[in-house]
Amino acid sequence: MIFNFIFGRHKKQPKRPASALADLRVGEKAILADLELSPPVAEHLMNLGFVPGLEVTVARSSPGGDPRVYRVEGTEVAMRRDLSRHIHVELAGAPVFGD
Amino acid sequence: MGASTMSCHAVARPRDESLSTSYRTVAVVGPPNSGKTTLFNRLTRLRQKVGNFPGVTVEHHTGYVRDLEGHEVALIDLPGVYSLTPKSEDEKVAVDVLTGQMPGTPRPDAIIVVLNSTNLHSHLVLAGRVIALGLPTLVLLNMADELRKQGGHVDVLSLARQLGTPVALVSAITGEGIVAVQNFLSAATASPEPLELPVVGSTRGYREWAVKVGTNAKYHRPATPVWTQRLDSIFLHRTWGAIIFGVVVIGVFQTIFAIGQPLSNLLQHFLDASALQISNHLPHGMLSSLIVNGVWKGTGSVLVFLPQILLLFLVIGILEDSGYLSRAAVIADRTMSRVGLNGKSFIPLLSAYACAVPAIMATRTIENKRDRIATILIAPFMTCSARLPVYTMVIAAFLPNRPVLGVFLGTRALAMLGLYVLGFLMAVFTARLLKSSVLKSKDAPFILEMPPYRWPTLVSLGLRLVDRGKAFLYRAGTVIMLVSLLLWAATNFPMHHGQPPAVQDSVVAWVGHAIEPAIRPLGFDWKIGVGLLTSIAAREVIIATLGTLNGIDPQSHAVDLQAALKHELTPAGAVALLVFFAFAMQCMSTIAVVRRETNGWKWPVLQFGYMTVVAYVAAFAAYNIVGHFVH
Repeated sequence: MIFNFIFGRHKKQPKRPASALADLRVGEKAILADLELSPPVAEHLMNLGFVPGLEVTVARSSPGGDPRVYRVEGTEVAMRRDLSRHIHVELAGAPVFGD
Repeated sequence: MGASTMSCHAVARPRDESLSTSYRTVAVVGPPNSGKTTLFNRLTRLRQKVGNFPGVTVEHHTGYVRDLEGHEVALIDLPGVYSLTPKSEDEKVAVDVLTGQMPGTPRPDAIIVVLNSTNLHSHLVLAGRVIALGLPTLVLLNMADELRKQGGHVDVLSLARQLGTPVALVSAITGEGIVAVQNFLSAATASPEPLELPVVGSTRGYREWAVKVGTNAKYHRPATPVWTQRLDSIFLHRTWGAIIFGVVVIGVFQTIFAIGQPLSNLLQHFLDASALQISNHLPHGMLSSLIVNGVWKGTGSVLVFLPQILLLFLVIGILEDSGYLSRAAVIADRTMSRVGLNGKSFIPLLSAYACAVPAIMATRTIENKRDRIATILIAPFMTCSARLPVYTMVIAAFLPNRPVLGVFLGTRALAMLGLYVLGFLMAVFTARLLKSSVLKSKDAPFILEMPPYRWPTLVSLGLRLVDRGKAFLYRAGTVIMLVSLLLWAATNFPMHHGQPPAVQDSVVAWVGHAIEPAIRPLGFDWKIGVGLLTSIAAREVIIATLGTLNGIDPQSHAVDLQAALKHELTPAGAVALLVFFAFAMQCMSTIAVVRRETNGWKWPVLQFGYMTVVAYVAAFAAYNIVGHFVH
């Protein structure tokens, strides 16, 4: 519990249904919809593989609950909640393209 | 074995004999984590040099290889980039070099693109953009061993046909397929035919194109390595992850503090002893003094940093190459975000508690330039080991040791702890100040790619140590040497009957007297002033200087020096001196290394000015507030 004190723990956000990456639980999958971010940031994420239409998985959480690690195809990327809140996802459906 | 010979011949394009002149300059580009640097190191080994492009902090390596006919080819290792849209400094450098717009760097004759074959769809996007530049290009699909081991597959010939460039599967770690590079360098190929790239240059369009190309080449992406999944479930575990992180942090700190520090001391001891030997063999006089106290001691003050720098880079090299550094950054991020920095600044700032010099060199693991500069600027506020002798002496002189918390904490230890906290708080304050003003990085949030875990290789670690050691000695060492010589001259002139003067008659004493009016409000006299000047060589030098000025050997008569100090300073002045040392950038090596790492004088000058002003104001405040209560 001391770790929670040192690193701080994010309160669980039970908001459902999920529409942003931040709302997904660890292990859940979704299809990336759109990135509501400034063009350079969105561009950078897309270069890393966060392209709308691809499937994203919440791979892991850090010990403090934030940031979390997301997986798109072969790439795992850590980002904070303040960013993943602005990445919209669709819960149903299959990847539009990709493997 | 069979697999490796197969991929050697995977260069698709036949040699064009009419174009057999070999290339002179070849640029190497690739995304971060593509193994580009490992490949570059394998190709060039120690035949490389470090340089900075003009006007930017981005560093680059140029290495030399011989092609099959023995012609020398210069390889330029460009910063790792995901795209060629010149948004970040790294990308701008890459684009400028590739298009021949970088002053002082010739336009490359050809390009080698290094991609991670286990993540091809993402990385092909960069290849597409590079090929579109129209230069002869070789596409290397790196990490062929991992691709195979994890059950991935790609048809190299089909890929080469679609891209219109030679393509080879290679492994920079095992050396498999590397011969493709030599073949490419020797047999200049024609520029690629124009690619059928998406008309609209959107990233999504490129990605869809990449998926199409990959699918045509029967690309089958391998599964995420099982070991990476398993290790992450431990290293990022809520409890175990935090414990392991703590152990690693203590390990890093202990390595530089408990191993590096004694090694530096040992080296210092050896250098002092050899200085004595040299002076015994030289005729007494000015020349001997110049050689021993100027040149040799100057060299020594550069060399003593080497053990700590090499050790820190060994530790960081292991952490980075194994992949743990990214995980550590993720774990530390939450804490660091509170001061406006991110997790990547944690390890450099931690090492600054031992010494700011290796810490500042360690900031190169921070990709975001603004965060990197901010970390460099606050690192010297951390209480480094050179401050400890000064703190110890002043505290011992003025503060009687009384128990505060029984045997656990005395007044002196408490004062020492207070000074650590003071430095830390000023670092936090400065970080917040910087990140909310000049170094605000709104469009650069914390986004960190998690590479798979790998065994660090000895070659890569060794090359990194040689590289960092050389960078420090050549680029920072020269400045440290120069300042050492200036300080030597200031303490040895004007000569008196051919002999160096006593310190109180030297140039440095004049300057001490000259600045006395300025430091009088802090409760310092000219002797302390001289100490402040000489301590620019290294903080602890003030002790030796004060000893000389008072005619006391600080080693054998520490108590006498403390008594002299008590005579010189009021208690308020002593507090002011401690506060000044906590905040001032009294260290030429730090200044030199900041200049070297930021590629210019702008940041070190600003930093020195800022820290001196902070130190002056805080010492002034401390002198007056404490003076109000204690007499």
